[in-house]
Amino acid sequence: MAKELIKGNTAVAEASLRAGLQAYFGYPITPQTELLEHLSARMPELGRPFVQAESELGAINMVYGAACTGKRVMTSSSSPGVSLMMEGLSYIAGTEVPAVLVDVVRGGPGLGNIAPAQGDYNQIVHGGGHGDYHMLVLAPASVQEAVDLTVLAFDLAEKYRNLVAIMLDGSIGQMMEPAELPPMQPLKTEIPDWAVRGTSHGEKRILTSINLDPPAQEVMNLRLMKRWQEIEKNEVRYKGYFLDDAEYVVLGFGTAGRISLSAVRAAREKGLKVGLLRPITVAPFPKDIINELTEKVKAFLVVEMNAGQMLEDVRLVVRGRKPVEFFGRMGGVVPLPDEVEEEITRLIEGPLTTDGHPRDRWLDRLSETIG
Amino acid sequence: MVITDQPTKIVYERPKDLDPRVTHYCPGCTHGVAHRLVAEVLADMGEVGNTIGVASVGCSVFSYYYFDMDFVEAAHGRAPAMATGIKRVYPDRIVFTYQGDGDLASIGMGEIVGAASRGELLTVIFINNANYGMTGGQMAPTTLPGQKTTSSPTGRDVTRQGYPIRTAELLSTLEGSAYVVRRSLHNAREIRKAKKAIRTAFEVQKHRLGFSMVELLSTCPTNWRLTPDESRNWLEERMIPAFPLGDYKISPAVAELQI
Repeated sequence: MAKELIKGNTAVAEASLRAGLQAYFGYPITPQTELLEHLSARMPELGRPFVQAESELGAINMVYGAACTGKRVMTSSSSPGVSLMMEGLSYIAGTEVPAVLVDVVRGGPGLGNIAPAQGDYNQIVHGGGHGDYHMLVLAPASVQEAVDLTVLAFDLAEKYRNLVAIMLDGSIGQMMEPAELPPMQPLKTEIPDWAVRGTSHGEKRILTSINLDPPAQEVMNLRLMKRWQEIEKNEVRYKGYFLDDAEYVVLGFGTAGRISLSAVRAAREKGLKVGLLRPITVAPFPKDIINELTEKVKAFLVVEMNAGQMLEDVRLVVRGRKPVEFFGRMGGVVPLPDEVEEEITRLIEGPLTTDGHPRDRWLDRLSETIG
Repeated sequence: MVITDQPTKIVYERPKDLDPRVTHYCPGCTHGVAHRLVAEVLADMGEVGNTIGVASVGCSVFSYYYFDMDFVEAAHGRAPAMATGIKRVYPDRIVFTYQGDGDLASIGMGEIVGAASRGELLTVIFINNANYGMTGGQMAPTTLPGQKTTSSPTGRDVTRQGYPIRTAELLSTLEGSAYVVRRSLHNAREIRKAKKAIRTAFEVQKHRLGFSMVELLSTCPTNWRLTPDESRNWLEERMIPAFPLGDYKISPAVAELQI
C-alpha cells in the first residue's frame, strides 16, 4: 500500500479499524479528538459500534463491558480523561479481559494545557488505578510507528488478556507525516472460551473482579504477576542508534527520543561518540540492554518531556554504576534538538558524578534558564 | 396436620433459572422477590439463555451466583455503561442491569442518565430501599427527609443533606426512555404488578423500543431496624407517599405493544 500524508490521531484510528476493531467508546478531549471523530464516521460506515460516551468514566466502562464479550475494543483519550479512566482500567485488569487504550498525552497536572507532553509516564507505566497490575505500554515516535504499534497492540492484548496502552505524546497525535496504513483485516469470528455470550451459546460465564477470599485473590494476583513476567521476557522492544561504539548514551521515548536522535546525529557529525536508546515498550522496560550498556559506556543522559519519570526506571537499572544525567522540559514545552545537543556536550565535558540526584542538578540549571 | 395420600398440586416453586442455593440476603429483604420475578419473566419469554446480566455494587453484588445466566460485575454505578458496551456488540442479546439506589442514583447518576438519554436498549431493575444496605445503612439519595441512618443519625436534614431523588420521574423526562415505571414489592398485589412491569420492560427491549427501567420499592429490615412486617408497613406508609407508584413514561410505541 502507498504512503499517504496523514495526521497521527487519524492514522491510529484508521489503523485500529483495519486491525479489526469491533467496538469503540470514547469522549472528546484535545489533543486526541480527531481519533474519535474519524471513528465516529468510519465505524458506522462498516456497521461496527461507536459510542460517544457521557464521560471518560462511561467510555472505559463501556470498553469493560464489550471487552467481557471477547471482542476487539478500544478507547482513546488524553491525560485528564485518562485520569478519569483509572477506575475502569483497574477493573479491566482485575477481570483479565483484553482492551486497548490510546493516551495522547498533554501538559499537566490538572487541566494543564493541550501541548505535547510525557507527564503521564508514571500514571500509565506505574499504575494509576488501584491494586497490583501492569499495562503493556507502547511509545511510538512517529506516525508510522504509531500505526504499526496500534496493530500490534490488539494482538498483544489478546495474547496476554492484558491491557495495552499506546502512549502518544500530543505531537505524534497532531502531526501529519507520510505513513503506510495496514491492510484491512477481517473481523475475528471466534469467541474466546472465557467470554460472556449467553448460556444458550456456551457454558455459564461470570466475569468479575471481586474476590472476597484473600487467599484466592492472592492466587489471582500471582497469576497476573507471572503473566507480567512472561510479558517482560517476551515483549521488550526498543530501537538503538549508533550504540556499537557509543561512549555516551542518550535515553528517550516517543517525541523526546526522536528529538534526541536529531541531537545525537548532530553530535556524531562533530565526531562525538554518542548513541541513542529509544524504548518502544516503556512497560516492559528494556532493562537488559540498559544493563549491558552500563557495562560499556561512560555515562547516560535521559531526555523526557516531564520532570524525569522514566529517569527513575533508568536509575534502578544503572544502580549508580555510571553517571546518569537528566534533561527535560515540562508543561507542554517541547525540547529543541539544540538544547539536547548542548546537554550532550555538557555530559561529555563533565565533570560527571554518581552522587546526588540528576533531577536536582537539572532543576538548578533549569531554574537559571526559566526561573 | 392431616396427611393424606392425595396427589398434591404444585402451586409455588423455585424458578428453575434461579440457582438452588441459599442467598446472602437478610431475612425479610425483598431482593429475593425481585430476583425471582426477573428469573420468571425471562423464563416466560424464553430468553434466559440469551441474556447477559450486569450486577452492580451493593447488596446485589453477588446476584450473579443466583441467576443461571451469564453475568458480569460492574464497578460502583457503572453498570449502565458496561451494559451499553455489551449490548452494542451483542444487539440480539437481552442485557439488563440490576442496581440499588446508592449505585444508580448517587455514584452512577451520570451513567444511568447517559444510557437513558441515548435510548440504550437495556432494561434496568432498580431497587430503591432508601439506604445503602451493603455498607450498613448509610444515607442514600433516596433516604427520606428526617429518616435516621448511620450517616444521618439525627434524621436526614434537608438543609444540610439535600432532598431525595425521584429517579423514575427524573429519567421519564428523557426522550430515550421508552418505559419507566415505579412499582413496589411490599405485598402480593404489588408484586404481581411488579412482575407485569418487568415483563413489559424486557419486551420493550426485545422490540427495540428504547430504554426501560422498573424502579422497585423494597424493604431493608436489617438497616431500618424494623421487623419484616413493620418494614412492609413502613414502606407503604412512608415510602410510597414520597415515591408514588405509577407509570412515568410509556412511549407511544410501548403503549401499542401487545404482549
